[in-house]
Amino acid sequence: MSDVEILPELKEIIGSLLFAAKKPVTAKEIRKALIGTGENYGGPYEQFASLKEKEILAAIEDLKDELEKNATGLHVAEVAHGFRLQNNTTCGPWVRTMLDKDRSAKLSKPALETLAIVAYRQPVLRSEIESVRGVSVDSILRNLVELQLVKVVGRSDLPGRPWMFGTTQRFLEHFGLKSLDDMPGMDELKRREEEESKAEQTESFPAIEKELEEQTETPTTEDDGDEPGETEKED
Amino acid sequence: MADLLPNEEYKVNLEVFEGPLDLLLYLIKKEEVDIYDIPIGRITAQYMEYLELMKILNLEIAGDFIVMASTLMLIKSRMLLPDEDRGPMEEDDEDDPRWDLVRQLVEYKKFKDAAGFLETLEEEQENVFGREGEHVELGSRPDVGMQDVGIFDLINALNKALERVPEEELQEIFAEQYTVGEKVDDLLERTSNGKKISLGRLFIGMRSRQEIVCTFLAVLELIKLNRLSARQDSHFEEIVIEQVDESEQLAVSEEGLEEESVFKKEDEDLL
Repeated sequence: MSDVEILPELKEIIGSLLFAAKKPVTAKEIRKALIGTGENYGGPYEQFASLKEKEILAAIEDLKDELEKNATGLHVAEVAHGFRLQNNTTCGPWVRTMLDKDRSAKLSKPALETLAIVAYRQPVLRSEIESVRGVSVDSILRNLVELQLVKVVGRSDLPGRPWMFGTTQRFLEHFGLKSLDDMPGMDELKRREEEESKAEQTESFPAIEKELEEQTETPTTEDDGDEPGETEKED
Repeated sequence: MADLLPNEEYKVNLEVFEGPLDLLLYLIKKEEVDIYDIPIGRITAQYMEYLELMKILNLEIAGDFIVMASTLMLIKSRMLLPDEDRGPMEEDDEDDPRWDLVRQLVEYKKFKDAAGFLETLEEEQENVFGREGEHVELGSRPDVGMQDVGIFDLINALNKALERVPEEELQEIFAEQYTVGEKVDDLLERTSNGKKISLGRLFIGMRSRQEIVCTFLAVLELIKLNRLSARQDSHFEEIVIEQVDESEQLAVSEEGLEEESVFKKEDEDLL
Protein backbone atom coordinates (compact mmCIF):
# COMPACT_ATOMS: atom_id res chain seq x y z
CA MET A 1 0.00 0.00 0.00
CA SER A 2 2.89 2.31 0.51
CA ASP A 3 3.68 4.16 -2.66
CA VAL A 4 7.29 3.95 -3.55
CA GLU A 5 7.94 6.52 -6.19
CA ILE A 6 11.52 5.69 -6.88
CA LEU A 7 12.93 2.27 -6.22
CA PRO A 8 16.54 2.13 -5.08
CA GLU A 9 19.21 1.11 -7.50
CA LEU A 10 20.38 -2.47 -7.56
CA LYS A 11 23.74 -1.58 -6.05
CA GLU A 12 21.98 0.11 -3.15
CA ILE A 13 19.87 -2.96 -2.53
CA ILE A 14 22.94 -5.16 -2.61
CA GLY A 15 24.75 -2.79 -0.26
CA SER A 16 21.89 -3.12 2.21
CA LEU A 17 21.85 -6.88 1.90
CA LEU A 18 25.58 -7.10 2.59
CA PHE A 19 25.23 -4.73 5.50
CA ALA A 20 22.42 -6.72 7.09
CA ALA A 21 23.93 -10.15 6.49
CA LYS A 22 26.01 -11.63 9.24
CA LYS A 23 27.87 -13.91 6.90
CA PRO A 24 29.41 -13.53 3.48
CA VAL A 25 26.59 -13.47 0.93
CA THR A 26 26.77 -15.20 -2.43
CA ALA A 27 25.38 -13.83 -5.69
CA LYS A 28 22.98 -16.74 -5.60
CA GLU A 29 21.60 -15.65 -2.24
CA ILE A 30 21.22 -12.10 -3.47
CA ARG A 31 19.31 -13.35 -6.45
CA LYS A 32 17.06 -15.37 -4.17
CA ALA A 33 16.29 -12.26 -2.16
CA LEU A 34 15.47 -10.33 -5.33
CA ILE A 35 13.12 -13.02 -6.54
CA GLY A 36 11.50 -13.44 -3.13
CA THR A 37 10.94 -9.71 -2.82
CA GLY A 38 9.33 -9.62 -6.25
CA GLU A 39 6.94 -12.37 -5.21
CA ASN A 40 6.12 -10.83 -1.84
CA TYR A 41 5.68 -7.23 -2.89
CA GLY A 42 4.72 -7.55 -6.53
CA GLY A 43 4.39 -4.59 -8.90
CA PRO A 44 7.52 -2.53 -9.37
CA TYR A 45 9.40 -4.82 -7.01
CA GLU A 46 9.33 -7.50 -9.61
CA GLN A 47 11.70 -5.60 -11.82
CA PHE A 48 14.78 -7.00 -10.11
CA ALA A 49 13.44 -10.52 -9.92
CA SER A 50 14.51 -11.52 -13.38
CA LEU A 51 18.13 -10.47 -13.03
CA LYS A 52 20.87 -12.97 -13.72
CA GLU A 53 23.83 -13.56 -11.44
CA LYS A 54 26.02 -11.87 -13.98
CA GLU A 55 24.11 -8.61 -13.60
CA ILE A 56 24.23 -8.92 -9.86
CA LEU A 57 27.99 -9.36 -9.98
CA ALA A 58 28.25 -6.27 -12.15
CA ALA A 59 26.21 -4.30 -9.61
CA ILE A 60 28.54 -5.50 -6.87
CA GLU A 61 31.43 -4.04 -8.85
CA ASP A 62 29.53 -0.76 -9.04
CA LEU A 63 28.99 -0.86 -5.33
CA LYS A 64 32.69 -1.48 -4.77
CA ASP A 65 33.59 1.54 -6.88
CA GLU A 66 31.03 3.67 -5.14
CA LEU A 67 32.31 2.77 -1.69
CA GLU A 68 35.84 3.55 -2.71
CA LYS A 69 35.02 6.76 -4.50
CA ASN A 70 33.11 8.13 -1.54
CA ALA A 71 35.76 7.15 0.97
CA THR A 72 33.29 5.38 3.20
CA GLY A 73 35.83 3.42 5.17
CA LEU A 74 34.11 0.33 3.89
CA HIS A 75 34.69 -2.08 1.08
CA VAL A 76 33.27 -5.28 -0.29
CA ALA A 77 35.61 -8.24 0.04
CA GLU A 78 35.27 -11.67 -1.46
CA VAL A 79 35.48 -14.08 1.40
CA ALA A 80 34.50 -17.69 1.75
CA HIS A 81 32.80 -17.83 -1.66
CA GLY A 82 30.66 -14.83 -0.89
CA PHE A 83 30.77 -11.07 -0.52
CA ARG A 84 31.25 -9.32 2.76
CA LEU A 85 30.93 -5.67 3.61
CA GLN A 86 33.82 -4.81 5.90
CA ASN A 87 35.86 -1.92 7.15
CA ASN A 88 39.05 -0.82 5.45
CA THR A 89 42.17 -2.24 7.03
CA THR A 90 43.49 1.24 7.62
CA CYS A 91 40.58 1.98 9.94
CA GLY A 92 41.14 -1.24 11.87
CA PRO A 93 42.84 0.26 14.94
CA TRP A 94 39.82 2.41 15.77
CA VAL A 95 37.38 -0.42 15.30
CA ARG A 96 39.51 -2.67 17.44
CA THR A 97 39.66 -0.10 20.17
CA MET A 98 35.93 0.46 20.15
CA LEU A 99 35.18 -3.24 20.20
CA ASP A 100 37.91 -3.80 22.75
CA LYS A 101 39.64 -6.29 20.52
CA ASP A 102 43.03 -4.79 20.83
CA ARG A 103 44.74 -7.89 22.01
CA SER A 104 43.02 -10.55 20.08
CA ALA A 105 44.64 -13.90 20.42
CA LYS A 106 46.39 -15.48 17.52
CA LEU A 107 46.77 -19.09 16.69
CA SER A 108 50.00 -20.70 17.77
CA LYS A 109 52.49 -21.90 15.21
CA PRO A 110 51.73 -25.60 15.70
CA ALA A 111 48.03 -24.78 15.35
CA LEU A 112 48.69 -22.89 12.12
CA GLU A 113 50.82 -25.72 10.78
CA THR A 114 48.15 -28.24 11.60
CA LEU A 115 45.56 -26.04 9.93
CA ALA A 116 47.71 -25.67 6.84
CA ILE A 117 48.09 -29.42 6.56
CA VAL A 118 44.35 -29.93 6.96
CA ALA A 119 43.64 -27.21 4.40
CA TYR A 120 45.88 -28.67 1.74
CA ARG A 121 45.36 -32.33 2.38
CA GLN A 122 41.69 -32.57 3.23
CA PRO A 123 40.00 -34.86 3.78
CA VAL A 124 42.84 -35.92 5.99
CA LEU A 125 43.37 -38.40 8.80
CA ARG A 126 44.93 -37.44 12.08
CA SER A 127 47.68 -39.96 11.46
CA GLU A 128 48.49 -38.29 8.15
CA ILE A 129 48.84 -34.90 9.80
CA GLU A 130 51.07 -36.47 12.40
CA SER A 131 53.31 -38.05 9.84
CA VAL A 132 53.87 -34.67 8.22
CA ARG A 133 54.47 -32.83 11.47
CA GLY A 134 56.32 -35.63 13.16
CA VAL A 135 54.48 -35.11 16.45
CA SER A 136 51.13 -35.83 17.97
CA VAL A 137 48.42 -33.36 17.02
CA ASP A 138 45.64 -34.81 19.10
CA SER A 139 44.94 -31.86 21.39
CA ILE A 140 45.63 -29.26 18.72
CA LEU A 141 43.17 -30.89 16.40
CA ARG A 142 40.56 -31.09 19.11
CA ASN A 143 40.97 -27.39 19.74
CA LEU A 144 40.73 -26.48 16.11
CA VAL A 145 37.49 -28.43 15.94
CA GLU A 146 36.24 -26.59 18.99
CA LEU A 147 37.08 -23.28 17.35
CA GLN A 148 35.16 -24.49 14.32
CA LEU A 149 38.09 -23.95 12.04
CA VAL A 150 38.27 -27.66 11.35
CA LYS A 151 35.51 -30.23 11.26
CA VAL A 152 35.01 -33.90 10.79
CA VAL A 153 34.08 -34.47 7.20
CA GLY A 154 33.75 -38.20 7.15
CA ARG A 155 35.30 -41.47 8.10
CA SER A 156 37.98 -43.36 6.33
CA ASP A 157 37.44 -46.88 5.09
CA LEU A 158 40.59 -47.94 6.85
CA PRO A 159 40.30 -50.36 9.75
CA GLY A 160 38.88 -48.63 12.79
CA ARG A 161 37.21 -46.16 10.46
CA PRO A 162 39.19 -43.15 11.66
CA TRP A 163 37.77 -39.65 11.28
CA MET A 164 38.73 -37.50 8.38
CA PHE A 165 39.13 -33.78 8.86
CA GLY A 166 38.62 -30.76 6.66
CA THR A 167 38.47 -27.01 7.03
CA THR A 168 35.26 -25.09 7.58
CA GLN A 169 33.61 -22.05 6.12
CA ARG A 170 34.75 -20.28 9.23
CA PHE A 171 38.33 -21.11 8.39
CA LEU A 172 37.99 -19.16 5.14
CA GLU A 173 36.32 -16.31 6.98
CA HIS A 174 38.93 -16.18 9.71
CA PHE A 175 41.76 -15.82 7.23
CA GLY A 176 39.79 -13.73 4.74
CA LEU A 177 40.24 -16.32 2.02
CA LYS A 178 37.90 -16.38 -0.92
CA SER A 179 38.38 -20.08 -1.42
CA LEU A 180 40.98 -22.74 -0.75
CA ASP A 181 42.47 -22.01 -4.14
CA ASP A 182 43.60 -18.72 -2.69
CA MET A 183 46.18 -20.56 -0.68
CA PRO A 184 49.57 -20.52 -2.34
CA GLY A 185 50.85 -23.67 -3.98
CA MET A 186 47.60 -25.53 -3.64
CA ASP A 187 48.41 -27.71 -6.62
CA GLU A 188 51.79 -28.63 -5.33
CA LEU A 189 50.87 -29.35 -1.75
CA LYS A 190 47.64 -31.15 -2.43
CA ARG A 191 47.67 -34.80 -1.69
CA ARG A 192 49.97 -36.40 -4.14
CA GLU A 193 49.50 -40.04 -3.41
CA GLU A 194 45.76 -39.79 -3.20
CA GLU A 195 44.89 -42.15 -6.01
CA GLU A 196 47.62 -44.46 -4.94
CA SER A 197 46.41 -44.91 -1.39
CA LYS A 198 42.78 -45.00 -2.48
CA ALA A 199 43.58 -47.88 -4.76
CA GLU A 200 45.36 -49.63 -1.95
CA GLN A 201 42.42 -49.32 0.38
CA THR A 202 39.98 -50.62 -2.10
CA GLU A 203 42.09 -53.60 -2.72
CA SER A 204 42.68 -54.53 0.85
CA PHE A 205 39.20 -54.10 2.21
CA PRO A 206 36.72 -54.52 -0.57
CA ALA A 207 34.26 -56.43 1.56
CA ILE A 208 34.16 -53.97 4.42
CA GLU A 209 33.94 -51.10 2.04
CA LYS A 210 30.94 -52.55 0.30
CA GLU A 211 29.22 -53.36 3.52
CA LEU A 212 29.69 -49.83 4.80
CA GLU A 213 28.72 -48.20 1.60
CA GLU A 214 25.11 -47.59 2.54
CA GLN A 215 25.63 -46.23 6.02
CA THR A 216 28.23 -43.73 4.94
CA GLU A 217 28.19 -40.00 5.16
CA THR A 218 29.33 -37.43 7.39
CA PRO A 219 28.37 -37.17 10.99
CA THR A 220 29.27 -33.56 10.72
CA THR A 221 29.69 -31.44 13.78
CA GLU A 222 27.90 -28.51 12.39
CA ASP A 223 25.37 -26.87 10.28
CA ASP A 224 27.29 -24.78 7.83
CA GLY A 225 26.60 -27.23 5.07
CA ASP A 226 29.65 -26.22 3.14
CA GLU A 227 31.71 -29.32 2.69
CA PRO A 228 35.36 -28.67 2.05
CA GLY A 229 35.09 -31.24 -0.68
CA GLU A 230 32.65 -29.10 -2.58
CA THR A 231 34.48 -26.00 -1.59
CA GLU A 232 37.45 -27.06 -3.61
CA LYS A 233 35.51 -27.74 -6.73
CA GLU A 234 33.42 -24.64 -6.76
CA ASP A 235 35.81 -22.12 -8.18
CA MET B 1 73.30 -34.97 34.71
CA ALA B 2 69.63 -35.43 35.36
CA ASP B 3 70.00 -34.81 39.07
CA LEU B 4 71.14 -31.29 38.38
CA LEU B 5 67.61 -30.41 39.22
CA PRO B 6 66.71 -30.47 42.86
CA ASN B 7 63.26 -31.89 42.34
CA GLU B 8 60.68 -33.02 39.89
CA GLU B 9 58.25 -30.20 40.28
CA TYR B 10 59.19 -28.35 37.14
CA LYS B 11 58.31 -30.26 34.11
CA VAL B 12 57.51 -28.59 30.85
CA ASN B 13 55.46 -30.33 28.28
CA LEU B 14 57.15 -29.44 25.07
CA GLU B 15 55.45 -31.65 22.58
CA VAL B 16 52.61 -29.32 21.79
CA PHE B 17 55.05 -26.75 20.64
CA GLU B 18 57.64 -28.27 18.45
CA GLY B 19 58.74 -31.67 17.34
CA PRO B 20 61.84 -33.43 16.08
CA LEU B 21 61.38 -32.11 12.56
CA ASP B 22 61.34 -28.58 13.89
CA LEU B 23 64.55 -29.26 15.74
CA LEU B 24 66.19 -30.65 12.61
CA LEU B 25 65.10 -27.71 10.49
CA TYR B 26 66.31 -25.42 13.20
CA LEU B 27 69.74 -27.05 13.24
CA ILE B 28 69.97 -27.07 9.46
CA LYS B 29 69.27 -23.37 9.43
CA LYS B 30 71.58 -22.65 12.32
CA GLU B 31 74.45 -24.55 10.74
CA GLU B 32 73.65 -23.06 7.36
CA VAL B 33 73.85 -26.39 5.62
CA ASP B 34 72.10 -27.57 2.50
CA ILE B 35 68.94 -29.46 3.29
CA TYR B 36 69.58 -31.73 0.29
CA ASP B 37 73.07 -32.52 1.47
CA ILE B 38 72.85 -32.73 5.22
CA PRO B 39 76.16 -33.39 6.96
CA ILE B 40 74.56 -36.18 8.88
CA GLY B 41 77.34 -36.70 11.42
CA ARG B 42 77.38 -33.08 12.50
CA ILE B 43 73.63 -32.68 12.58
CA THR B 44 73.18 -35.93 14.48
CA ALA B 45 75.72 -34.85 17.07
CA GLN B 46 73.93 -31.55 17.53
CA TYR B 47 70.57 -33.22 17.66
CA MET B 48 71.78 -35.49 20.43
CA GLU B 49 73.22 -32.53 22.27
CA TYR B 50 69.88 -30.74 22.23
CA LEU B 51 68.11 -33.89 23.25
CA GLU B 52 70.47 -34.21 26.18
CA LEU B 53 69.78 -30.62 27.21
CA MET B 54 66.08 -31.23 27.03
CA LYS B 55 66.57 -34.18 29.34
CA ILE B 56 68.55 -32.08 31.77
CA LEU B 57 65.76 -29.57 31.79
CA ASN B 58 63.32 -32.32 32.52
CA LEU B 59 61.34 -31.29 29.49
CA GLU B 60 58.92 -33.98 28.70
CA ILE B 61 60.46 -35.36 25.59
CA ALA B 62 57.99 -36.84 23.20
CA GLY B 63 58.75 -40.34 22.01
CA ASP B 64 59.00 -38.88 18.53
CA PHE B 65 62.27 -37.22 19.48
CA ILE B 66 63.76 -40.56 20.40
CA VAL B 67 62.49 -42.19 17.24
CA MET B 68 64.12 -39.46 15.19
CA ALA B 69 67.36 -39.92 17.10
CA SER B 70 67.47 -43.57 16.12
CA THR B 71 66.58 -42.72 12.53
CA LEU B 72 69.51 -40.32 12.45
CA MET B 73 71.82 -42.95 13.91
CA LEU B 74 70.68 -45.46 11.35
CA ILE B 75 71.26 -43.05 8.49
CA LYS B 76 74.62 -42.13 9.90
CA SER B 77 75.73 -45.72 10.10
CA ARG B 78 74.50 -46.48 6.61
CA MET B 79 76.40 -43.50 5.29
CA LEU B 80 79.56 -45.04 6.63
CA LEU B 81 79.13 -48.13 4.54
CA PRO B 82 80.17 -48.22 0.92
CA ASP B 83 77.25 -48.22 -1.48
CA GLU B 84 77.21 -51.91 -2.29
CA ASP B 85 77.33 -53.03 1.35
CA ARG B 86 74.35 -51.06 2.49
CA GLY B 87 71.86 -53.72 1.68
CA PRO B 88 68.39 -52.94 0.51
CA MET B 89 66.34 -50.25 2.19
CA GLU B 90 62.61 -50.43 2.02
CA GLU B 91 62.72 -48.41 -1.14
CA ASP B 92 66.00 -49.44 -2.60
CA ASP B 93 65.73 -47.35 -5.70
CA GLU B 94 67.19 -44.58 -3.62
CA ASP B 95 70.90 -44.75 -3.08
CA ASP B 96 71.19 -42.06 -0.48
CA PRO B 97 70.04 -43.19 2.96
CA ARG B 98 69.23 -39.57 3.77
CA TRP B 99 66.64 -39.30 1.08
CA ASP B 100 63.53 -40.29 3.03
CA LEU B 101 64.37 -37.86 5.75
CA VAL B 102 65.14 -35.08 3.31
CA ARG B 103 61.84 -35.63 1.59
CA GLN B 104 60.01 -35.48 4.88
CA LEU B 105 61.84 -32.34 5.93
CA VAL B 106 61.24 -30.57 2.66
CA GLU B 107 57.58 -31.41 2.74
CA TYR B 108 57.24 -30.29 6.32
CA LYS B 109 59.07 -27.08 5.49
CA LYS B 110 56.50 -26.31 2.82
CA PHE B 111 53.69 -26.65 5.30
CA LYS B 112 55.55 -24.49 7.77
CA ASP B 113 55.77 -21.84 5.08
CA ALA B 114 52.08 -22.23 4.36
CA ALA B 115 51.46 -21.76 8.08
CA GLY B 116 53.47 -18.56 7.85
CA PHE B 117 51.22 -17.42 5.05
CA LEU B 118 48.17 -18.09 7.20
CA GLU B 119 49.77 -16.18 10.02
CA THR B 120 50.20 -13.13 7.82
CA LEU B 121 46.60 -13.35 6.70
CA GLU B 122 45.44 -13.68 10.26
CA GLU B 123 47.34 -10.54 11.17
CA GLU B 124 45.72 -8.65 8.33
CA GLN B 125 42.29 -9.89 9.27
CA GLU B 126 42.75 -8.61 12.77
CA ASN B 127 42.07 -5.17 11.41
CA VAL B 128 39.07 -6.16 9.39
CA PHE B 129 35.59 -6.49 10.76
CA GLY B 130 32.45 -7.56 9.03
CA ARG B 131 28.98 -6.68 10.08
CA GLU B 132 29.04 -9.06 13.02
CA GLY B 133 32.10 -7.35 14.45
CA GLU B 134 33.44 -10.65 15.60
CA HIS B 135 36.45 -12.71 14.81
CA VAL B 136 36.78 -16.32 15.67
CA GLU B 137 36.85 -16.16 19.42
CA LEU B 138 40.17 -17.51 20.45
CA GLY B 139 39.95 -16.22 23.97
CA SER B 140 41.87 -13.23 25.10
CA ARG B 141 45.12 -14.97 25.82
CA PRO B 142 47.73 -14.38 23.21
CA ASP B 143 50.19 -17.08 22.47
CA VAL B 144 52.47 -15.59 25.09
CA GLY B 145 56.03 -14.65 24.47
CA MET B 146 56.81 -17.86 22.69
CA GLN B 147 55.41 -16.34 19.54
CA ASP B 148 58.69 -14.75 18.70
CA VAL B 149 61.19 -17.11 20.17
CA GLY B 150 61.08 -20.84 19.71
CA ILE B 151 62.03 -23.33 22.35
CA PHE B 152 65.12 -24.31 20.37
CA ASP B 153 66.34 -20.73 20.31
CA LEU B 154 66.04 -20.73 24.07
CA ILE B 155 67.82 -24.04 24.39
CA ASN B 156 70.52 -22.73 22.11
CA ALA B 157 71.05 -19.84 24.50
CA LEU B 158 71.21 -22.25 27.40
CA ASN B 159 73.70 -24.38 25.54
CA LYS B 160 76.01 -21.44 25.03
CA ALA B 161 75.80 -20.50 28.68
CA LEU B 162 76.58 -24.03 29.78
CA GLU B 163 79.55 -24.22 27.47
CA ARG B 164 81.11 -21.33 29.27
CA VAL B 165 81.08 -23.13 32.57
CA PRO B 166 84.25 -25.14 33.04
CA GLU B 167 83.59 -28.83 33.50
CA GLU B 168 85.55 -29.26 36.74
CA GLU B 169 83.27 -26.94 38.63
CA LEU B 170 80.61 -29.51 38.24
CA GLN B 171 81.87 -31.06 41.45
CA GLU B 172 81.27 -28.02 43.58
CA ILE B 173 77.71 -27.38 42.73
CA PHE B 174 76.24 -29.90 45.04
CA ALA B 175 77.19 -27.71 47.93
CA GLU B 176 74.89 -24.90 46.86
CA GLN B 177 71.33 -25.64 45.99
CA TYR B 178 69.48 -23.26 43.78
CA THR B 179 65.80 -23.52 43.30
CA VAL B 180 63.64 -22.47 40.42
CA GLY B 181 61.36 -20.57 42.78
CA GLU B 182 64.26 -18.49 44.02
CA LYS B 183 65.29 -17.72 40.46
CA VAL B 184 61.75 -16.74 39.57
CA ASP B 185 61.83 -14.03 42.25
CA ASP B 186 65.27 -13.02 41.17
CA LEU B 187 64.20 -12.67 37.55
CA LEU B 188 61.15 -10.60 38.38
CA GLU B 189 63.38 -8.34 40.42
CA ARG B 190 65.90 -7.96 37.62
CA THR B 191 63.25 -7.17 35.04
CA SER B 192 61.19 -4.82 37.20
CA ASN B 193 60.29 -1.36 35.97
CA GLY B 194 60.36 -2.39 32.37
CA LYS B 195 64.00 -3.35 32.38
CA LYS B 196 65.08 -5.53 29.52
CA ILE B 197 67.79 -8.07 29.81
CA SER B 198 69.38 -10.30 27.26
CA LEU B 199 69.42 -13.99 27.94
CA GLY B 200 73.14 -14.13 27.36
CA ARG B 201 73.81 -11.50 29.98
CA LEU B 202 71.46 -13.17 32.39
CA PHE B 203 73.80 -16.11 32.81
CA ILE B 204 76.96 -14.10 33.21
CA GLY B 205 78.58 -14.62 36.55
CA MET B 206 76.88 -17.92 37.13
CA ARG B 207 79.49 -20.49 37.92
CA SER B 208 77.50 -23.63 38.25
CA ARG B 209 75.48 -25.54 35.76
CA GLN B 210 72.74 -26.07 38.25
CA GLU B 211 72.28 -22.37 38.73
CA ILE B 212 72.11 -21.82 34.99
CA VAL B 213 69.60 -24.60 34.55
CA CYS B 214 67.42 -23.30 37.38
CA THR B 215 67.55 -19.80 35.95
CA PHE B 216 66.65 -21.09 32.55
CA LEU B 217 63.70 -23.04 33.89
CA ALA B 218 62.57 -19.95 35.73
CA VAL B 219 62.59 -18.09 32.41
CA LEU B 220 60.51 -20.83 30.77
CA GLU B 221 58.15 -20.82 33.69
CA LEU B 222 57.60 -17.08 33.60
CA ILE B 223 57.09 -17.12 29.87
CA LYS B 224 54.46 -19.77 30.30
CA LEU B 225 52.73 -17.76 32.98
CA ASN B 226 52.82 -14.81 30.62
CA ARG B 227 54.80 -12.72 33.06
CA LEU B 228 57.81 -12.49 30.82
CA SER B 229 58.10 -12.31 27.10
CA ALA B 230 61.11 -13.24 25.04
CA ARG B 231 61.90 -11.55 21.76
CA GLN B 232 64.49 -12.01 19.14
CA ASP B 233 64.99 -9.73 16.19
CA SER B 234 66.07 -12.47 13.90
CA HIS B 235 67.04 -16.09 14.15
CA PHE B 236 70.17 -16.85 16.16
CA GLU B 237 70.47 -13.36 17.51
CA GLU B 238 70.46 -12.33 21.13
CA ILE B 239 67.23 -13.09 22.94
CA VAL B 240 65.86 -10.30 25.09
CA ILE B 241 63.44 -10.87 27.92
CA GLU B 242 61.19 -8.36 29.57
CA GLN B 243 58.14 -8.30 31.76
CA VAL B 244 54.76 -8.40 30.18
CA ASP B 245 52.74 -5.24 30.54
CA GLU B 246 50.78 -5.17 33.78
CA SER B 247 47.45 -4.49 32.11
CA GLU B 248 47.86 -7.39 29.73
CA GLN B 249 48.75 -9.60 32.59
CA LEU B 250 45.60 -8.62 34.37
CA ALA B 251 43.48 -9.24 31.35
CA VAL B 252 44.88 -12.69 31.14
CA SER B 253 44.31 -13.62 34.72
CA GLU B 254 40.78 -12.31 34.73
CA GLU B 255 39.44 -13.96 31.67
CA GLY B 256 40.58 -16.40 29.17
CA LEU B 257 42.20 -18.83 31.51
CA GLU B 258 39.67 -21.43 30.65
CA GLU B 259 40.53 -21.10 27.01
CA GLU B 260 43.03 -23.88 27.06
CA SER B 261 45.33 -25.23 24.68
CA VAL B 262 46.10 -24.53 21.12
CA PHE B 263 47.64 -21.50 22.59
CA LYS B 264 49.58 -22.81 25.43
CA LYS B 265 50.93 -25.89 26.99
CA GLU B 266 49.21 -27.72 29.77
CA ASP B 267 49.99 -25.73 32.84
CA GLU B 268 48.41 -27.93 35.41
CA ASP B 269 51.46 -29.81 36.47
CA LEU B 270 53.21 -26.55 37.05
CA LEU B 271 50.76 -24.75 39.19
